[in-house]
Amino acid sequence: MTTLAVRRTGFPFWLGVAAAVAAWLVAWLVAAPLALWVTFELLPFDVGTPLGDAVAFFLYDVPKVLLLLLGIVTVVTLVRGFFPPEKVRGALVGRGEVVGTVGAAGLGIVTPFCSCSAVPLFIGFVEAGVPLGVTFAFLISSPMVNEVALVLLWGLFGPTVALVYMVAGLSVAIVGGLVIGRLHMERYVADYVWELQGAGTGASLEIKLTWEDRVRDAWAYTEGLVKRILPYILVGIGVGAFIHGFVPADLVMAVAGPGNPLAVPIVVLLGVPLYSNAAGTIPIVQALLGKGMAVGTTLAFMMATTAISLPELIILRNVMKTRLLAVFVAIVTAGILFVGYLFNVLIYT
Amino acid sequence: MKTIEVLGPGCSNCQRLEKNAREAVAMAGVEAEVVHVTDPREIVAHGILSTPGLIIDGKIRSYGRVPSAGDIAVWLSDARGA
Repeated sequence: MTTLAVRRTGFPFWLGVAAAVAAWLVAWLVAAPLALWVTFELLPFDVGTPLGDAVAFFLYDVPKVLLLLLGIVTVVTLVRGFFPPEKVRGALVGRGEVVGTVGAAGLGIVTPFCSCSAVPLFIGFVEAGVPLGVTFAFLISSPMVNEVALVLLWGLFGPTVALVYMVAGLSVAIVGGLVIGRLHMERYVADYVWELQGAGTGASLEIKLTWEDRVRDAWAYTEGLVKRILPYILVGIGVGAFIHGFVPADLVMAVAGPGNPLAVPIVVLLGVPLYSNAAGTIPIVQALLGKGMAVGTTLAFMMATTAISLPELIILRNVMKTRLLAVFVAIVTAGILFVGYLFNVLIYT
Repeated sequence: MKTIEVLGPGCSNCQRLEKNAREAVAMAGVEAEVVHVTDPREIVAHGILSTPGLIIDGKIRSYGRVPSAGDIAVWLSDARGA
């Protein structure tokens, strides 16, 4: 047998991991003072001027957002590797309606999902006997309560906002799943999905991965993700910096503040086609929130950008008829509108 | 002659996996055919929900991740005697 260049590095690998963690911590600690120093000492900007504030915002936010994404997405991906959809499906078969729906929404947080897996995932769930409502609870929660959104919310607004977002997102997924389950829309699933029922779930999928494999996978995933969304992040932070420095708070208050009852539906309509830009919208939202955008409106915007996207709808059209797809969009949109108004009412009245 | 099946609807990860698989064939110096399975029905029929999946001579080697060419080469030579 020929000798293959097998990478089983062991000790040096973990040394590399330790060095990466240390470098991350150092970068995290120096980012803020460095941004201020570069803006106000090295570059000729003055504290308190709109341009100086905008530049400092940009120079601080870029490393901060990148560090958050690199660090936390790697950790989250590592954890999620233990909850693949294949296992989740097994846990959801044969549960009651309510337990199944709540469980599916909860598992949506930890289970990786990319829109290119949506079709095999949908078919696989349904043909294994997972009820339609439970499947939808998962389909709603998995992209909406997504790791990038949660990480950025936590890092930029603190744990309260991230938790509120998570609870609100789960509620939309659970209620949406229960409603779709009650509507008994099984006949609006594409016919071929039912013909497959019981086709093949017997295959053993027990594959052992070492911790080194898992860490490498998580890092490769994170690297790819950050590369893909980097342009959106830079544009998003650029726009956020502009808003931070130049857009008057009065204007934001008037358009997106708690006083405008139409703000929630407007941001939801804007947010639906914006999926791939989710990472870029958060810095914009951060700046807008700072200028007086209402909290409920902000949450609704975030949810709309992540929950429904045009490419995902086109993909899902392959497995369900238009009527079911329309019900799915309508229920999720209604849920997001409700969350937006609820938080605006709770906080500002 | 070995058969390597890459299962996935054609997203970027599936294409990376196919590329790694072809590299692995060259590395391991075995004769193998790489097939890209895009039909979701066929993917699900193997019990795989998270793409991309990798099957070598009918045995599922990985799913929901992109193994390196080195890993795949090891699996290829693994299955040689069997």
